[in-house]
Amino acid sequence: MSDKKPISSVNDFVVRFANVNGSGSASANEMFARAILRHGVPVSPRNIFPSNIQGLPTWYEVRVTEDGHLGARGGVDMMVAMNPQTWDKDVAGIEPGGYLFYDSTKPMPSTKFRDDITVIGVPLTAITNSTYTDPRQRQLFKNIIYLGALSALLDMDPKLIEQLIGEQYKGKEKLLSSNVHALHLGRDWALQNLKCPIGLRVKKSDKVGDRIFIEGNSAAALGAVYGGATVCAWYPITPSSSVAEAFTAHCKKYRHDPDTGMAKYAIVQGEDELASIGIVIGASWNGARAFTATSGPGISLMTEFIGLSYFAEIPAVIMNIQRAGPSTGMPTRTQQCDIIACAYASHGDTKHVLLFPEDPAEAFEFAAAAFDLAERLQTTIFLMLDLDIGMNHRLCRPLKWDDARQYDRGKVMTAAMLEEGRDFGRYLDVDGDGIPYRTYPGTHPTKGSYFTRGTSRDRYARYSEEGSVYADNMQRLMRKFETAQDLVPRPLQANAERPTKYGVIYFGSTSPAMDEAIALLEARGHQLDRLRIRAFPFHSSVASFLAEHDFVYVVEQNRDSQLRQLIVNENGIDPVRLVPIVHYDGSPITARFIAKAIGDHQDHLKVTPLRKAVS
Amino acid sequence: MTYIAKPKFHHPGLKKNELGYTHRDYEGKISTLCAGCGHDSITASIIEACYELSIEPHRVAKISGIGCSSKTPDYFLGNSHGFNSVHGRMPSVLTGANLANRDLIYLGVSGDGDSASIGFGQFAHSIRRGVNMTYIVENNGVYGLTKGQFSATADRGSKSKKGVTNTDNAIDLVAIALQLGATFVARSFSGDKTQLVPLIAAAIRHKGASFIDVISPCIAFNNHAGSTKSFDYVREHNDAVNRLDVLVGRDPIAVDYAPGTVQMVEQHDGSKIALRKIDADYDPHDRLGAQTFLARHAAKGQIVTGLLYVDPDAEDMHAHLNTVETPLNTLEADTLCPGSAALDKFNASLR
Repeated sequence: MSDKKPISSVNDFVVRFANVNGSGSASANEMFARAILRHGVPVSPRNIFPSNIQGLPTWYEVRVTEDGHLGARGGVDMMVAMNPQTWDKDVAGIEPGGYLFYDSTKPMPSTKFRDDITVIGVPLTAITNSTYTDPRQRQLFKNIIYLGALSALLDMDPKLIEQLIGEQYKGKEKLLSSNVHALHLGRDWALQNLKCPIGLRVKKSDKVGDRIFIEGNSAAALGAVYGGATVCAWYPITPSSSVAEAFTAHCKKYRHDPDTGMAKYAIVQGEDELASIGIVIGASWNGARAFTATSGPGISLMTEFIGLSYFAEIPAVIMNIQRAGPSTGMPTRTQQCDIIACAYASHGDTKHVLLFPEDPAEAFEFAAAAFDLAERLQTTIFLMLDLDIGMNHRLCRPLKWDDARQYDRGKVMTAAMLEEGRDFGRYLDVDGDGIPYRTYPGTHPTKGSYFTRGTSRDRYARYSEEGSVYADNMQRLMRKFETAQDLVPRPLQANAERPTKYGVIYFGSTSPAMDEAIALLEARGHQLDRLRIRAFPFHSSVASFLAEHDFVYVVEQNRDSQLRQLIVNENGIDPVRLVPIVHYDGSPITARFIAKAIGDHQDHLKVTPLRKAVS
Repeated sequence: MTYIAKPKFHHPGLKKNELGYTHRDYEGKISTLCAGCGHDSITASIIEACYELSIEPHRVAKISGIGCSSKTPDYFLGNSHGFNSVHGRMPSVLTGANLANRDLIYLGVSGDGDSASIGFGQFAHSIRRGVNMTYIVENNGVYGLTKGQFSATADRGSKSKKGVTNTDNAIDLVAIALQLGATFVARSFSGDKTQLVPLIAAAIRHKGASFIDVISPCIAFNNHAGSTKSFDYVREHNDAVNRLDVLVGRDPIAVDYAPGTVQMVEQHDGSKIALRKIDADYDPHDRLGAQTFLARHAAKGQIVTGLLYVDPDAEDMHAHLNTVETPLNTLEADTLCPGSAALDKFNASLR
């Protein structure tokens, strides 16, 4: 062994599990994360999975963080190496002084290890095989056995894990007791044969509070239930499929008539994304709240309809769970790379409303709000999640709903209003906000009907190919987009302790890494005001923020700094003052990355921190 | 070009249907299609069928894609909402609209380019799902609005106006609809209103996916010698298996038919179809038999028309999805939102 001291840390470390896809490890790993939460210690877990179902590598990373840093940290303090295929890379990835946990049933040559780490071997296969005969049981319980061993090594309270097993297998006594038995097999072996605990330890704390642990896709889907969505049409695509699946599960729970058992919703798995958005547009045209969930390639396919939604002014909600580029493989990795594609989707002059939730709690709120916005603005609203928020459990504040809240169904002219003699022009701007009234099909026998077209109609929906009529409509659509600025969630600003000429703009899943990076940067003497953008079109406070700072960093998870492009384009400002900080290798952005990139730029500017200058 | 106003006055003695609507109440704007276009005859047949059925005009939703045929919903049922949507995507828009409000009548109007080429997939899947609709394809075998290119229903060996011979095989939408499980399948000819009007009426009364392929010659680009979709060709090769009368709320006994020549079909809503047999052996309840019959006659160059298949007890998409009887678009927060108490419980399950 080298003289590198083993890492010693309480409630602040990263454990990474390297597993084989389809081995049943996911539930054991998730239980590990939940067990730490039950100690009152925040965790932030992430799935790193390949695009296949069985037999290839998959990783699950748990960041244990008493300070509540929920972004990815980078680096691994303890590797639970359960996959021989990735062994070399996994071992190489451990921080010096870190720990390697492995199945020592078969002896490994010493060249397969490192001198500067602590190697912990547990004969998992031997323990499993001497206890179980059924091959599937062997595979599944091996995962629980390593969970038991880890609980001893990390000084975790086994009662809290037993409690979780009890909740998971409630009513299935046989499974419950056999899982508890397996847990103790591993735990007892570790206590009897290894030095427990190691330098990494979990200690009971009270930092979790009333927060919940939920995936963004599930929260967004529940937001759609609360927001009154009745029609969902979708086509399977990672990482968005679990939105529709969660919507199905939530609806089964909350949306069946207790007397008849009939469904107060309709879910259609379309033949493709074109059909999915077509169904959404048809349902919304007919007055139902409808949505689809998709990812980048789906957005590409939907763009013709998105343009129709803009021009024919039909509400639609599209949840875009962003991922890296086209094809298969990298698309199971996270990115924020569809900003431009969504903001200006389709042919002709179009602009669309985008919402950027930072976590599952906001995904829930914004999803529900998206339906109000879509009906108020009669256009497509994009809910821009990404794989990092969507497919990982994230600790967040509890979801909240005000029972007094009514849906904003927007400007809908009813039969009674038509009967009163109200002037109905489908594209008539009666209130000066660019938003016309619409009628639902079937409203009135003789009044209020119209023929829906993309363009080529006047304020009363009569056919027209006159240029002036077209231009008049386009100007109204622009007014409507300006109206949207004040309806969408506003940016949130947080200023540095001392006045500064530097600012940073960020959005979406970058949020937790950004908060942590600010602390790191402050420690280096860099003061930054920050603005978290939550929607497009940009509120006027974005322009003010830009005006108040000499340089503004724009931190995002794509190559082309797409949000920055959008800001430059929409605000007409000098691009030099907006410094791109981009991360796009498919892994979630980290505080270390942001702090280094911004810190280096600040150093490059030869800024002498005030404190140093005066001392 | 812009919208032409159509005068609203009419003869005071104009006949009224059971609901008190005149024929004029089912009309729309003045057609902008070519004089003599087959599509205008279909428009007239739709108007006639809706008048005969005494449908409230505003309870129909007309949805189309893009093309000459897709422009026609503006020319009938002027008091109905219409939606000229996206090329080839009428079926999905109609499916969504139907999900939102199961109480309206859905009329999908499409063309052969719209349904057999760009929208072939959507055509197929809306039929598969059993969407309660009347899906009419105004089939002229040619792209009219873009001036005369072949469509996917053009027969192999048929000639374009410019003299080009089509070398690709034709798609027979009727055969496909039968294969995909449409529960009402018919073919007709725009030049044969007496056959077409009752077919449209019966399709509207059918609860399930109704499909009607209407051969509708294109006067401008596909009405020449060598075309298999010209007026002359269709008249010469039309092989009608039956003609029908739709009887709604009328005593069928009052209608006089020669014994043995009529087959009565009662649809789910109680309306009756009196099928006057032309081909004595043709059974419109035999899906497989219909497929074989069609294939055999197509090989001989004959265009089989009439009610080709009907399942009177069909189920629709809403039955498959078990949706509530109340239209989804009328449900509000009180029935849709589970509320804060349920959310508190949900939160508690995630700690």
